[in-house]
Amino acid sequence: MNTEKNSYIFIYSTIMVLVIAAALTVVALQLKPAQENNIRIEKMQNILQSVKIPSTPKDAETIYKEKITETFVINTQGNIVEGKNAFDINLADELKKENDAERLFPVFVCSPNKNDTVKYFIVQLRGKGLWGPIWGYMSFNADLNTVYGCMFDHKGETPGLGAEINTAVFQSQFVGKKIFDENNKFVSIATVKGGTKDDDPHGVDAISGGTITSKGLEAMIYDCLKAYELYLTNNKK
Amino acid sequence: MAQVKNSKLLANPLNLQNPVTVQVLGICSALAVTVQMKPAFVMGLSVTIVTAFSSLIISALRNTIPNRIRIIVQLVVVAALVIIVDQLLKAFLYDVSKQLSVFVGLIITNCILMGRLEAFAMGNKPFPSFIDGIGNGLGYSIILLSIAFVRELLGSGSIWGFKIIPPVFYQLGYENNGLMILPPMAVILIGIIIWIQRSWKKELIEK
Repeated sequence: MNTEKNSYIFIYSTIMVLVIAAALTVVALQLKPAQENNIRIEKMQNILQSVKIPSTPKDAETIYKEKITETFVINTQGNIVEGKNAFDINLADELKKENDAERLFPVFVCSPNKNDTVKYFIVQLRGKGLWGPIWGYMSFNADLNTVYGCMFDHKGETPGLGAEINTAVFQSQFVGKKIFDENNKFVSIATVKGGTKDDDPHGVDAISGGTITSKGLEAMIYDCLKAYELYLTNNKK
Repeated sequence: MAQVKNSKLLANPLNLQNPVTVQVLGICSALAVTVQMKPAFVMGLSVTIVTAFSSLIISALRNTIPNRIRIIVQLVVVAALVIIVDQLLKAFLYDVSKQLSVFVGLIITNCILMGRLEAFAMGNKPFPSFIDGIGNGLGYSIILLSIAFVRELLGSGSIWGFKIIPPVFYQLGYENNGLMILPPMAVILIGIIIWIQRSWKKELIEK
């Protein structure tokens, strides 16, 4: 058979593309549930990490169910919105909404011990780094002012520079920092170039060589906490 | 074409025809995914599976493929296999797939694949092609794993994620070598491997 005829080439490529498209569709559909479950478990691990509870992909779901005792969704007016599942809120989509008032933000409440009433409030963050999105979770003590823990991650910041935001060394700096000043004014937490003073309650050391990621992180914390501001102010003790 | 024994097809790429150190193909991913053993292993396995099956499929189709679009056909087959491998990793080895990130997708552009398909699978029967694919995949994996072994041991003090340098060493002032974690060290290590291999197999030295 002449395999160099134009008609043969057209038919050959058409069949090839159809067969492969069908095969890939089947594979993608079959594997989707497992992939989505992995993403869900990673999110649980991230939330747990922000309250300093270690977990592995295997036990994350059990620990999450045990420790995260309450979740709810708030709007930018600081009110709780009923009928929404905090875990299913996609912050990236919410932040794309043009009208600020329509944006919804999740709050997760963690009770690490069954016996006492210690609670931590976890909020979700999302912003822009140098190369792509950065995101994280930040947990507060019951005063809704002092940071208890946090986790940040990124899609593709520069390794060794901006990518340092996902290291424990960087994240541990945030512990104990405050987001409101003495007059209860919202000031957030800044990343300070050249290093911060030890007793500065509102600043952490920025990353040398990772200025744009540091600034992006600062903007992310400010913008997202700003959305939570009314809720935090109304409920703080 | 003279018949080459299947055992040769498997063994040659491990040493005398090694895709990385002799043919100098697939260097990009060899630098990127060799910080730790586990991702290097999964990467090597993925490349082996893709080279083996794409060689098998292309070889089975070799008499039907129109010559003018053969590169496109090869790429479509390779791309489909890579997507399947990528999807499988995302479903069953999520943490490793995150570490490998774009490099699984980049297997498509890995020169070893196109090289073997053009040079071997287009002109040989399916079974020898399949063996050739496995051999080249393994040759690539061996280099990746040797580099990853040194980089993880000296750079992170662990092997396969397990700490093997005792804490006492660190107390005595031992430090992990941060340079090992960075890509330049992989280039130097590949260079050293090529050097050792050529001192051992003199026939590899160009005149």
